Amino acid sequence: MIELNPMVIFIAAIFTNNMILSNFLGMCSFVAVSKEINTSLGLGQAVTFVLAATSIINYLVYHYILVPYNLEFLRFIIFIISIAAFVQLIEMIMEKYIPNLYYALGIFLPLITVNCAILGVSLFMIIREYSFLQSFAFAVGSGIGWTMAIVALAGIRQRLKRATVPKGLEGPGITLIVTGLMAMAFIGFSGIVQIQ
Amino acid sequence: MSTILISTAALTLITAVFAVLLTIADRTIGNYGIVKLTINEEKEYNVDGGSSLLSTLNSEKIFIPSACGGKGTCGYCKVQILDGGGPILATEFPFLTQEEMDNHVRLSCQCKVKQDIKIEIPEDLFNVKEFEATVESIEVLTNTIKRLRFKLPEGEEISFKPGQYVQLKAPLYEGNDEEVYRAYSIASSPTEKEFLELIIGYIPEGIATTYVHHHLEVGSKVTINGPFGDFYYQDTDAEMIMVATGTGVAPILSLLNYMKDNDIKRKARFYFGAKTPDDLFLLDHFKELEETLFDFKFIPTLSRIKEGDTSWVGEVGRVNNAIEKLLEENENQEAYLCGNEAMIDSVVKSLTGKGVKEEKIYFDKF
Repeated sequence: MIELNPMVIFIAAIFTNNMILSNFLGMCSFVAVSKEINTSLGLGQAVTFVLAATSIINYLVYHYILVPYNLEFLRFIIFIISIAAFVQLIEMIMEKYIPNLYYALGIFLPLITVNCAILGVSLFMIIREYSFLQSFAFAVGSGIGWTMAIVALAGIRQRLKRATVPKGLEGPGITLIVTGLMAMAFIGFSGIVQIQ
Repeated sequence: MSTILISTAALTLITAVFAVLLTIADRTIGNYGIVKLTINEEKEYNVDGGSSLLSTLNSEKIFIPSACGGKGTCGYCKVQILDGGGPILATEFPFLTQEEMDNHVRLSCQCKVKQDIKIEIPEDLFNVKEFEATVESIEVLTNTIKRLRFKLPEGEEISFKPGQYVQLKAPLYEGNDEEVYRAYSIASSPTEKEFLELIIGYIPEGIATTYVHHHLEVGSKVTINGPFGDFYYQDTDAEMIMVATGTGVAPILSLLNYMKDNDIKRKARFYFGAKTPDDLFLLDHFKELEETLFDFKFIPTLSRIKEGDTSWVGEVGRVNNAIEKLLEENENQEAYLCGNEAMIDSVVKSLTGKGVKEEKIYFDKF
């Protein structure tokens, strides 16, 4: 287990090890739902929430069920099942008890089940041998970093609407180029902290 | 060996735990009990809460038009929800205009029934029924268009206004993994209450048209619901101008047959637009109608006729050219158009140019 302050991991997950901009995870919804700032902010919140919760569940399942029985190789399938089940459950609970939050986030939740950033975070925390606190900080940080990236992209795309884009690059094409430029800009943060 | 057993057991166990948890949640959290559904302030139903308004209404045998089967992609299943619908969801916004939102119009497939709910639907929708019809005959009209005749189940009848449409369900078949409903205008006359005729064109890779053209044969059972639509025969004495291209002929055929069956004495002109002679169909039937109807003229017009082709004696050019050339200006005229958007837009322009009032032009775009 590496000795890193959870706070450091938190900052690193937002800036230097951003899920989208340095790992290219969660690209599908990143490209699809980044047309408007409001909706992308909603999706970002939902992703952060699910990341934080599933990292806890997956941490417990991995360390208290899979490791004792030497079943680490099952982690991919187990993580996916637990993420899917959790999202279903949380959707039902929110719909009934917190309808306002449900109406704000509800439609994004099913999208998140298949967001690979979620699975990525759970796998990274295992691969990098994080402790419980470190995992949680990493998950929340990744969520915030993901939100920041998608909101920034949405802002850029809102402005792009008024620009003339070459026909062949319209839509996802120009979005990926913009993402690449953003990723390069984020390299500027790499001096702050590094985790691996 | 033991690894395999342990991993299988562990996986099964964990999945089972999640499944049990979700089932319990569905029974407890997802259970909204019995709620009261009030339609048009008069009819009350006690229904199980928790499912979408569209499927709740379906289980009460009230059919709202929907082409996508409740996935929120077609935007047809709009109903007015006066009370108990909750806020408008982000999935609905793309389909609603500001005016509709102000009038509490919602997509019934997205809106869940979770509490007592009051809705307002057109009275006509109570008339909509679902039938398990049998294909009685299939007739090839052109290379891509077929006419199908369906027999309704014994003892069941459909009553509709000529010009309205029904929805045909395309079930799952090899190569298609989603159930969809598609709208087709009725081509038969409303006087035949136990039969329905539809004219259906083949669209490459179309889910429903592939089903109709490649999977249906005489004797097949299909699910049809209807009637729907606000494009139908108007009971006035105005001169009728009918314009159709392709399968848009279907509702016009229904109108004409209705006029024939009821011996309605109105002047009517039918402009049938097509590209080549091969795209025209039912010519004999229209010729016969010219004889039997009070004052009816059939005007086929071809837009792609070969230079110097002398076998064609009818009109040449697009339908709006024929209308501009042949239509006599008259105060008392109404028009029925059915076909693609481009045709309808240009014909509406030609008609208004000829002095036909815009509110007297009825059309069905597809």
